[in-house]
Amino acid sequence: MTDQTSNNQSKSSSIAIVGAGVCGLGIAWRLVQAGRTVEVFDKGEAGRGATWASAGMLASGVEAEPGEQALLALNLTARRLWPGFVRELEAASGIDLGYRDEGILSVAPTRDDAEQLRFTYEFQLGLGLDLQWLTGAEARRLEPHLRAGIAGAVFSAADHQVDNRQLAMALKAAFLRAGGILHENREVTGLDMEAGRVRGVWVGEERHGAEAVVLAAGPWTGELSWVPEAARAPVRPVKGQVLTLGMDPQAPLLTHVLWAPKIYLVPRRDGRLLVGATVEEKGFDETLTAGGVYELLDAAWRPLPAIEELPILETCVGFRPTSRDDAPILGASAVEGLILATGHHRNGILLAPVTADAIARLLLSGEIMPEARDFGPDRFARGKLADAV
Amino acid sequence: MSDSLIIADKKFTSRLLLGTSGYPNRQVMLDALEAGAPEIVTVSVRRISLEGYAESMVDLLEGKYHLLPNTAGCETQRDAVLTAQLAREALQTNWVKLELIGDRETLYPDGEQLVRAAEELVADGFVVMPYCGDDPIVCQKLIDAGCAAVMPLGAPIGSGMGICNPYNISLICARSPVPVILDAGVGTASDAALAMELGCSAVLLNTAVAKSRDPVRMAGAMRHAVEGGYQARRAGRIPKRSYAEASSPQLGLIGT
Repeated sequence: MTDQTSNNQSKSSSIAIVGAGVCGLGIAWRLVQAGRTVEVFDKGEAGRGATWASAGMLASGVEAEPGEQALLALNLTARRLWPGFVRELEAASGIDLGYRDEGILSVAPTRDDAEQLRFTYEFQLGLGLDLQWLTGAEARRLEPHLRAGIAGAVFSAADHQVDNRQLAMALKAAFLRAGGILHENREVTGLDMEAGRVRGVWVGEERHGAEAVVLAAGPWTGELSWVPEAARAPVRPVKGQVLTLGMDPQAPLLTHVLWAPKIYLVPRRDGRLLVGATVEEKGFDETLTAGGVYELLDAAWRPLPAIEELPILETCVGFRPTSRDDAPILGASAVEGLILATGHHRNGILLAPVTADAIARLLLSGEIMPEARDFGPDRFARGKLADAV
Repeated sequence: MSDSLIIADKKFTSRLLLGTSGYPNRQVMLDALEAGAPEIVTVSVRRISLEGYAESMVDLLEGKYHLLPNTAGCETQRDAVLTAQLAREALQTNWVKLELIGDRETLYPDGEQLVRAAEELVADGFVVMPYCGDDPIVCQKLIDAGCAAVMPLGAPIGSGMGICNPYNISLICARSPVPVILDAGVGTASDAALAMELGCSAVLLNTAVAKSRDPVRMAGAMRHAVEGGYQARRAGRIPKRSYAEASSPQLGLIGT
């Protein structure tokens, strides 16, 4: 049983992780693999936070934006890890992750859109990304249901996708199989501190000893009142509304992930078609709105009019864990023993494996992975981006 | 100093106003604001929460900048008035940039409803700064309604086409007793400089900075362009001529 009230060394040598999304569970799995005792706490069910509402796109190429060159390097490292990570996790969990490698097609429905797409494409080529410009006709050969008159498209063969919910279930299974302890519906309510360093966490009246605590609470990171001021991370929730449509899996409308202005469409093998997502600065407002749904359907219909025949299977409101510079916050906080792994914004699924490796290595050997060096919590104290141009 | 921009008795040193949407991320936005050094920044009331939670837009900007709420996305007089009142309550400011859109494709202002909404808001005690077309008559009516400034467009929002009708902008500037702030259409620094040379008191822009390849650098460029254009206007441009006139004396050259 996990109720630890004593403070002896053997019991406090465990590690507590706050948040059972893909980042928390990924770190937890790596640590139990290395023989550590790990307890994961979540205020709800595992994988039901930001992970649940995401689309599972592993888009490091088409997503690159100005001022984010350091993040691009981390994203590309993450992308390289994925194929091996899928094989390892599927074997360890027995769960199919729904990994698909057809690539991402970004289309411009109008000439104005094409000008914008080319502007972005040229910027991304300049970063050394492997992207291909396609005519509308070439894009339609890849995706025959695209509307006629597409003014241009960009294809990124190396950007793949995974089923985010399967991923969470697989990480949970692998973690439990390896001997990890998962506390669902158990909200951490306090840190146990001694002489300025972390000695465990409190869940109500119950103390769980730990030599280190990893904060992987996603969008909720910023509102945990028990986190000491010195360890506060600049993370806010960014609301997204997402729809799931149903395609015939035998004759899907789409096989590649499709991007168009203000929209992405992600086809799953089982026929689900994810349509997302709005980007709203509304705090934790959980309302599904007419305007949000309209915006999604309108933006999806423009490149792919055939969606109007599809049933709506699910609507979902989620929150991205967004740091001030949209990059993750990985590493030791100013409070000894309190580690941060949060703020992944739109890239939580893509970055889950590299986050797991970086934080596990930090806890096991004290080493900071070179790729993670620019993403420590202290960068905000300096008030500047690590890669400021 | 007389070089201040004065709106409703409030003095501002900077003649560049910046918007806060569409940046690659918040850190880039903060750095761009620092480089552009505006005093007034606009926030879209309908698109963001005004609750001021940690890391929210209001939390990051309040106290550092004069927050000017706008009514972006409103399409009726009633909508715009309610939005302005909401912003007044949440942000404790009676200033509003009044946007009343007549058509989603062009985002052109609805002149008729704009004038009526402006009258209603002025009567309610607001400092009203309306985003309007480059029509001198609509601008005159807005001024008559008691607006503290008028904000004619150079070109459609986000189009980056610059100032499509410089003649209208200069005509509006020549006639207006209140500050004229060019709003929308600026694509690059020369557009902002031209607005100032035409006689505008200030320039408000967003997309040209936020969507450029290097928003921080572009914000700095806009700051210099606005300042340059303003000084050039004050210095007075020379008349244009059809033929060259050498700037050095032509008499007394060696060998003559």
